[in-house]
Amino acid sequence: MRKDLVWLFVGVLFFGLLYILNWGVKVISTDLLVWVGAFLTLAILSFLYQDNPFYKFAEHLFVGVSAAYWMCMGFWNTLVPNLIAKIHPPIVKGVLPAIAEKPPEYWYIIPAILGIMLLMRLSPKAPWISRWALAFIVGTTTGLNLVRYLRSDFVGQIKSTLIPVIVLQDGSLTIGGSFSNIVVVLGVLCGLIYFFFSKEHKGMFGVASRVGIYILMITFGASFGYTVMARISLLVGRMRFLLGDWLQFVQ
Amino acid sequence: MKAFSHSLISCCLLGSILLATTDSIAQVECSDSVPSPLLPPSEVIAEDHPGDAGGAIIVRWKLSPDEAKRITGYEILRSTSPTGEFSSVGFAATGANRYVDANTEDSLTYYYKVVAVDVNKNASESELSPPARSSAQWFNFHLLNLLIIGGLICGAVIYFIAHAKKGKKLFLRRIAGLEAVDEAIGRATEMGRPILFIPGILDMDDVQTIAGITILGRVAKTIAQYETKLNVPTSRSIVMSTAMETVKEAYISAGRADAYSDDFVHYVTDEQFGYVAAVDGIMVRERPATCFYIGAFFAESLIMAETGNSIGAIQIAGTAMPAQLPFFVAACDYTLIGEELFAASAYLSGEPKQLGSLKGQDVGKIIAMSAIVIGAALETIFAISGSSLFGSLAELMHKLFSIVAG
Repeated sequence: MRKDLVWLFVGVLFFGLLYILNWGVKVISTDLLVWVGAFLTLAILSFLYQDNPFYKFAEHLFVGVSAAYWMCMGFWNTLVPNLIAKIHPPIVKGVLPAIAEKPPEYWYIIPAILGIMLLMRLSPKAPWISRWALAFIVGTTTGLNLVRYLRSDFVGQIKSTLIPVIVLQDGSLTIGGSFSNIVVVLGVLCGLIYFFFSKEHKGMFGVASRVGIYILMITFGASFGYTVMARISLLVGRMRFLLGDWLQFVQ
Repeated sequence: MKAFSHSLISCCLLGSILLATTDSIAQVECSDSVPSPLLPPSEVIAEDHPGDAGGAIIVRWKLSPDEAKRITGYEILRSTSPTGEFSSVGFAATGANRYVDANTEDSLTYYYKVVAVDVNKNASESELSPPARSSAQWFNFHLLNLLIIGGLICGAVIYFIAHAKKGKKLFLRRIAGLEAVDEAIGRATEMGRPILFIPGILDMDDVQTIAGITILGRVAKTIAQYETKLNVPTSRSIVMSTAMETVKEAYISAGRADAYSDDFVHYVTDEQFGYVAAVDGIMVRERPATCFYIGAFFAESLIMAETGNSIGAIQIAGTAMPAQLPFFVAACDYTLIGEELFAASAYLSGEPKQLGSLKGQDVGKIIAMSAIVIGAALETIFAISGSSLFGSLAELMHKLFSIVAG
């Protein structure tokens, strides 16, 4: 804990120094909410050093507030418009006047029953009832997603790969275009072979499978760099908040 | 000679003045001319939108002859009577020759007019369309190719499940990450530390979460046998319920119902980064020996995997989120990439249903590979030879794998 205090002292010293450098140039924010935001940002960032009481406080606050927030969101964005307003529209006249005029749709009682069945998990005598509702959710979801994934991830991908491996432009061979198309077609084929589970990856099949995983890894590398850039922009955003909105050090 | 040159210059100047005057007169005449009236679109047809659940009419028309010159778009007017008042239902941009009116009632008959509008807000109304009424169809023929392909794959799945149920052995290649599961659980047992299982941050409507929960069942069964502590923080309430059921069943099937506790699985929050903050806190405080990240992940993947790495845990990840796979590959000991995640549960359980399902999916891959090889070959031969026969065959392949939005 003594080490923690040292780091806390260093942190205070650092921001104190920033404040002194800022003295007479700009005035530090006097907005209480900005101070709360800055404190919580620093508390979360302190996890980079190690677990500490400030991080624990910010973590528990975040979890508690967000859990309550999502509970309220679930009530007002799901239960009220999709269930209560459908079964008995006049009841939401004060909050959703456009829906209140519509006729009731009583078949929404079925999802209401399924919801109650899901809550039966809390009953010590009949928790098994919740399994029926769960089975319904999993089954319908699987069925709905089957068509969606078949369209986007299967049929759509195959269509995009139906391309010539030799590209001619005005009767002459285009090296760049042909190379790109060969990479696409071979990459997809080798990738599919890597994900083929019914045959041992040996011989030529094994070679194609290895090419497939190499192509995947190259793709991951490019994706890694791209996503890291996006994350850095998030960090820049937080730094701008600390040094701009809070300390007024940068504009 | 001098007089002649002066006369010549004077004539040239006079000629220039006359020409300039004539030009300006012509310009004045042009600007004063009345523009020709805007020509309307023609051949307006309205008919039921095919392959839907009703409530939509598709309107088609032939573009106005003035389309290229000054048309800015087409306003669609609708009425329930040919002599009644027409009201606007939408606007189609210039060049568009169709509009889907997705706000109709199936019991009513509608009439449409299409109005061409130009840059000066002049409008020119088309003739009335024939009457149209929307209706629901039982079958969407635009998706026939999906039915055939889906039928083939599902048929193969059913065939292989039946095959496996008869007791015939189905071969599956080994998956490296899965063989590490037992080793990782054993390590946690030896070290006396808990095992952390993160089933992703999406709900049960995502197939990756379903796969994650299936793997959790197998992991929990082994944990029950080893008597190791399990911790499953979830970010969705339904995932929590399902995970509880799965873990409980696993403990019962392992003959250790007495060792099961509802505290193994707990809800944290739906908020993505609130969940991450809590999981990171659990990691550094409980210091689990093994961390599983199996399911759908987003930006939290690297934060969790790096924290797990910093505490020295063995980490096994599995996801089909392409943007997150690089982070898991970099920070975890084993990563189930894409479909390996879905294959994992079948491989671990050895159940006929799951094994048959996996073999059936491989049939899907054979279909995909064959289609790509044949399609690319046809396209290449067509590109080289220009043969209309190969061109038609390549077009046929494209049609077979085309997706019609409707």
